[in-house]
Amino acid sequence: MTVRKGSRPPFRETNRVIGRGQSYGTVDDVVDAPVLTEPRATPAWWFVGMLLALAFLGMYLGTIVYLITTGIGIFGNNIPVAWGFPIINFVWWIGIGHAGTLISAALLLFRQPWRTSINRFAEAMTIFAVVCAGLYPILHLGRPWVFYWLLPYPNTMGLWPQFRSPLDWDLFAISTYASVSILFWYVGLIPDLATLRDRARNKGLKLLYAVLCLGWNNSTKAWQRYMRAYLLLAAISFPLVLSVHSTIAMDFAFSQVPGWNNTIMPPYFVAGAVFAGFAMVLILAIPLRKAFGLEKLITMRHLDNSAKLMLATGLIVVYGYVIELFIAWYSGAEFERFMAYNRVFGADHWWAFWLLILCNFVAIQPLWLLRVRQSPIALFIISVIVSIGMWLERFVIISITLTKDFLLSSWHDYQATVFDWSLYLGSFGLFATLFFLFIRVLPSIATTEMKELVHHDAHHGSDYFEKIRAKETGLEVDG
Amino acid sequence: MSDSLNIADIRKRLNAQNGKAYWRSLDELADTEEFRSFLEQEFPRQAAPLEGSFQRRDFLKLLGASLALAGLTACARPVPAGEKIVPYVRQPEQIIPGRPLFFASAMNHGGYGEGVLVESHQGRPTKVEGNPDHPASLGATGVAAQASVLTLYDPERSQAVISDGSDRTWEEFSEALSSALAETDNGSGLRLLTENVTSPTLARQIERLLEQYPEAVWHQYDASRSDQLLEGTRLAFGEPLMPAFDFANTGVVVSLDADFTNDYPGRLRYARAFADRRRVHEADSDPGRFYAFESSPTPTGSISDHRIPLGPGQIGDLIAVLAARLGVEAPERELPSAVSEPLFEALLEDLQGAGDRALLVPGQYLPAQVQALVHAINDTLGAGGNTVRFLQPAGTAPTPGGQSLAQLTEAMNAGNVSVLAMLGVNPVYSAPVALGFGEALARVPFSVHLGIYADETAEIATWHVPEAHFLETWSDTRAFDGTATITQPLISTFYGGRSHHELLAALAGDAEPTSYELVRSYWSDQVEGAFEEFWRQAVYGGVIAGSASPVATPTVQAFEVELPEPSQELTVSFRPDPTIGDGRWANNGWLQELPKPFTKLTWDNAALVSPATAEELGVNNGDVVTLTADDRSVEAPIWVLPGQARGTVTVHLGYGRGRAGRIGSGIGFDANALRPADGAWTAPVSVEKTGGRYKLVSTQPHHNLNGTGEERHIIRAGTVAEFRDEPEHPHFVHPVAHHESNLYPDYVYDSYAWGMVIDMNVCTGCNACVVACQSENNVPIVGKDQVAVGREMHWLRIDNYHAGDIDDPEYFHQPMLCQHCEQAPCEPVCPVGATVHDNEGLNTMVYNRCVGTRYCSNNCPYKVRRYNFLQYAELSNTATELSLASNPDVTVRSRGVMEKCSFCVQRIAKARIDAETEDRRIADGEVVTACQAACPTRAIVFGDLNDSSAAVSRLKLSPLNYQLLAELNTKPRNTYLARVKNPHPQLVSEEAGAH
Repeated sequence: MTVRKGSRPPFRETNRVIGRGQSYGTVDDVVDAPVLTEPRATPAWWFVGMLLALAFLGMYLGTIVYLITTGIGIFGNNIPVAWGFPIINFVWWIGIGHAGTLISAALLLFRQPWRTSINRFAEAMTIFAVVCAGLYPILHLGRPWVFYWLLPYPNTMGLWPQFRSPLDWDLFAISTYASVSILFWYVGLIPDLATLRDRARNKGLKLLYAVLCLGWNNSTKAWQRYMRAYLLLAAISFPLVLSVHSTIAMDFAFSQVPGWNNTIMPPYFVAGAVFAGFAMVLILAIPLRKAFGLEKLITMRHLDNSAKLMLATGLIVVYGYVIELFIAWYSGAEFERFMAYNRVFGADHWWAFWLLILCNFVAIQPLWLLRVRQSPIALFIISVIVSIGMWLERFVIISITLTKDFLLSSWHDYQATVFDWSLYLGSFGLFATLFFLFIRVLPSIATTEMKELVHHDAHHGSDYFEKIRAKETGLEVDG
Repeated sequence: MSDSLNIADIRKRLNAQNGKAYWRSLDELADTEEFRSFLEQEFPRQAAPLEGSFQRRDFLKLLGASLALAGLTACARPVPAGEKIVPYVRQPEQIIPGRPLFFASAMNHGGYGEGVLVESHQGRPTKVEGNPDHPASLGATGVAAQASVLTLYDPERSQAVISDGSDRTWEEFSEALSSALAETDNGSGLRLLTENVTSPTLARQIERLLEQYPEAVWHQYDASRSDQLLEGTRLAFGEPLMPAFDFANTGVVVSLDADFTNDYPGRLRYARAFADRRRVHEADSDPGRFYAFESSPTPTGSISDHRIPLGPGQIGDLIAVLAARLGVEAPERELPSAVSEPLFEALLEDLQGAGDRALLVPGQYLPAQVQALVHAINDTLGAGGNTVRFLQPAGTAPTPGGQSLAQLTEAMNAGNVSVLAMLGVNPVYSAPVALGFGEALARVPFSVHLGIYADETAEIATWHVPEAHFLETWSDTRAFDGTATITQPLISTFYGGRSHHELLAALAGDAEPTSYELVRSYWSDQVEGAFEEFWRQAVYGGVIAGSASPVATPTVQAFEVELPEPSQELTVSFRPDPTIGDGRWANNGWLQELPKPFTKLTWDNAALVSPATAEELGVNNGDVVTLTADDRSVEAPIWVLPGQARGTVTVHLGYGRGRAGRIGSGIGFDANALRPADGAWTAPVSVEKTGGRYKLVSTQPHHNLNGTGEERHIIRAGTVAEFRDEPEHPHFVHPVAHHESNLYPDYVYDSYAWGMVIDMNVCTGCNACVVACQSENNVPIVGKDQVAVGREMHWLRIDNYHAGDIDDPEYFHQPMLCQHCEQAPCEPVCPVGATVHDNEGLNTMVYNRCVGTRYCSNNCPYKVRRYNFLQYAELSNTATELSLASNPDVTVRSRGVMEKCSFCVQRIAKARIDAETEDRRIADGEVVTACQAACPTRAIVFGDLNDSSAAVSRLKLSPLNYQLLAELNTKPRNTYLARVKNPHPQLVSEEAGAH
């Protein structure tokens, strides 16, 4: 069944976790419609977007070819700034991925029903972000073709990786994160794929979804086991929310570079990751709900909650900045003090620090206001600013820190090259390509879970809770 | 195949090449357009050099494209067809595959020989060391000697006799020469132009040539040295004499613009002696006192107790005032304002107190009259004959050099020169442009240029003959003190060069004698008795015993001194470049990339001005200015150099070359364009901003220790007085209490424990160690663009710091190499274990294992790790002859791999093999690192810390010994000895103390 544009009913924004008047059927109709649309009927914006994404992907791949044939000297890295854009982008993308796991696993375990409508594409976003992120550490290697030497595999040389190195922990952290995220995502998809199988009219498509849904038969037993497995996976992935970015923070905290060796790094990085992740969720959700008419499923409630989480984690991040500066002073170590001074007032890059304060501290303050949280456009703009701010944070922490360490003689500035930028912007192409494919071929909202909500709404009167919430927040539950 | 082949031309090309030429087709040999386009299609990378515009670094990699190169005769002697070769049945004595041999020879620097030992791997010279038995080396070398192997293999060296732009043969040349000579009447019109001639054989050849052609005239010109030194003594004593200083015996030394440890005849010897005199390891050491007055910072002046920046004119004034106060007749002058009254009084008191243990060293670029005045002061103080003696000059000279070139130019312009032979000189570039040598040369009907490169002079001369490198030919030379050395070839001529002796023989019409015969015949005439034994000894040892010049005992005679009136005008002083000299090393990549002392500039020269002068002129680093002196002018970028004398602009020669080769051409500016025609070393100048900018590249942008630099305690420095107050624990050595702590028991190094101590008191920052390391460890060069982004590869760098007043700072040199930390921060962060510790305390790199995460570099507090961001080293498929200069004992690193100082692990391995064969421990002094070997002042000491009697262990016990960044608990195996100055007690409050 397809939803025609003209037939869309007049719409009012809602603050419920699910709009009123939804039935199982309407959920499926709304969510599956874009997926089951005939190829020729695909909206034009999808093609435009996909083409743009492919153009950037082409730039990305071109840069990689040049990189591998020429060497990482095409980037701006030098001695002392041995890590530049690739590592900044790596940390940035990994951070973005974080919201996915948080939403899908942590909020599931904490029984936050509002997560259901955004978890699917947040998980997809996580996976794609991890793909983008995971390629960077390999590409930034001097000899990327031997990256597998970081893996503990039996070999004739009898060599193992050096397990003391945080870079090796990184490898495990990221690969674990990627595999668990993919598994969790896929398991969550199974009942939805079965729905698609049942609804698809095209024979080939039907077969594809039939294979992908692993013969889902909708029996009670299947549901019972499925729900248990899903919960278990959620429990397994929950620690990853904390561990992945902590491990990445360890890359820095483990070193003795002034400005890096802070014990606050792991929690501060995790907070930053969730902060950036929710920003990205909003960046994706706001256009998506509009484009596919999902406003009744991804409601203002979701945007509002995401914005609140952004505000909370953003403030933790700002606390991190303050503590970093305080500890630098409190340590009494000249190197640390100078590093703090240099980040904030250094002649070359002071702007980066103040810009990041502007983006990550000043720009999120409007989120205290209900009106701002209720405005998709404002949220979208703030989220974009936060994404830029979090990128700048990594730029300051990674590259600017390295420009001036212990010996004055080896201080050297860092300038990114055109290839640094093309590999960064190109990775958006990779992300966007994957995301456009995703929204076209897979349901971007978990219909199964939405149906649970519908059921709950219809039979257990969730209005009761909604009313309590309305009292607390002063929000009109239903617009 | 093209139909435009010129068979005769090809034949000529082949004949012109020494050894077997490898070629693939006749098209290739003819170097036709068709072949070029074929080459471009087939091998686009290799053909690239033909197109002209690419980076210098690429040039190094790609020059292998010139495919019709001379066969490598020395490495692989081709076996003619049909002849059988037989392998060794019995190993020849001394030839052990994999073990290098060392041959004694000598290299000229500033016209005088410095003894070297050349390391040869299976007939391939790869490394130059100093000859410990040679009085002008004592085992040390300068930068040019270290880099000379690179020039030897430079594929851009001239490889054929050239006339009228086309390749000729030696036979054609000698025919043309003899017919040209036949036309001269008794040699009238025959002129000979050489550098300083210190080769006895060459001197005799010239002498005989002049006998053969009585009307012929011999001229000398050498832009890399000043003839004012001998002029000064001629003025003071009536005859030209070479001063020889005895620093061991000095109490007070005053340098008057004299860079006597780095740029002076006898510099390496002086560096050693002076350092030995100045060394402070214990509180009761007496380093004497050293004042340096200089216009531009020099390595020598940087280790002084009092260094006063003073323009060249003001130095003359100071000397006059000093002379007057010490009772020497001199023009009346005011004390220059830059010299404070208390300092002058202190200086005077010290000089008078020291008496005959005082020594004033005149700078070789000072005007002869001023130098004569200095000799007179020395004489009055009693230093003459005591701390300074005078030797008969080692060189043979016709008339003073600069004037001599002027006379030659005049004669050429007048049409009086019909045959001109120029031996190893490049006057078209290196003479002052104002002299118009090039235009004059164009008028000479027959001129021949013998040079390593087909340079600017070769372009104008009617004939060019490739010159044999000093490692390719027999010759002889004298050191500054007259000690003779027979220089032996390490390899047969690589590119078919001819020696000076051979060209001179050709001039004399001799039938093709070889250099070997010429040198032997000279010496056989000198030696009475068993010649073979003498020859063997002389060649083997690199020193001819008893050949030193006799000591003269001259008396000061009356001489007129006319000093220029003091003026407020800006002065420009000209100096040979500290790395590429007068431009003769311009095509040597190692020397181009070697950071100049103090400025740390690479690949460029600049107009150096003091901060105060820069302020007055309103200029900053990289601003392009026009320097104008009379009607001559040149555009140059400014570099602000703390410690430069106010009102003095220093420019270095050697840059702005047109035909140096791909490395050296078109970089920097030609300071010769500004030089007065008489070759004076200074000139009044005016400076005008053009508004343009030029990108100068320095490897070290931050020098100033004030502020955060001071708090970091990178440099520890105090005074002798402070040291005496606290002889056990001087506070300046350990300003911050540090207690080592470790959760785990320390590793016990029970075999060897390699360690190093660097004495900052005697390190002059001369750079010899840097090039030595580069040569020993196959360190690639990266080119200006890569240096600009911070990717230079030097394993050993010399950190240079300033403290105190920006116009008159104190200098500190800190050679910085891998510190081989016992708890190395780089090791735990490598995910693949590519950098690991060995059981002797070396922090080692496993290149094969490195994947290139670069985390180790981030975590290295000393930032001594170097990374191959691109393919810097030559790959085997694009390698040029330059790769023959590589040390076969050291891996050549590929792109994407981290590298760093290994404490010359290959040398340790070699010593270990020797020791284990003899079943003993490695003795102290058996392992000498490349940097240590090259160091003229012996500032670097390396050895086994488990051997308590080793020199390095004893130095580690010095109260001055400190670990850099010890608070990080890295426990570096390399430590530094704090700098201890000995300022005049009355001046202490003026000068800054500890840092």
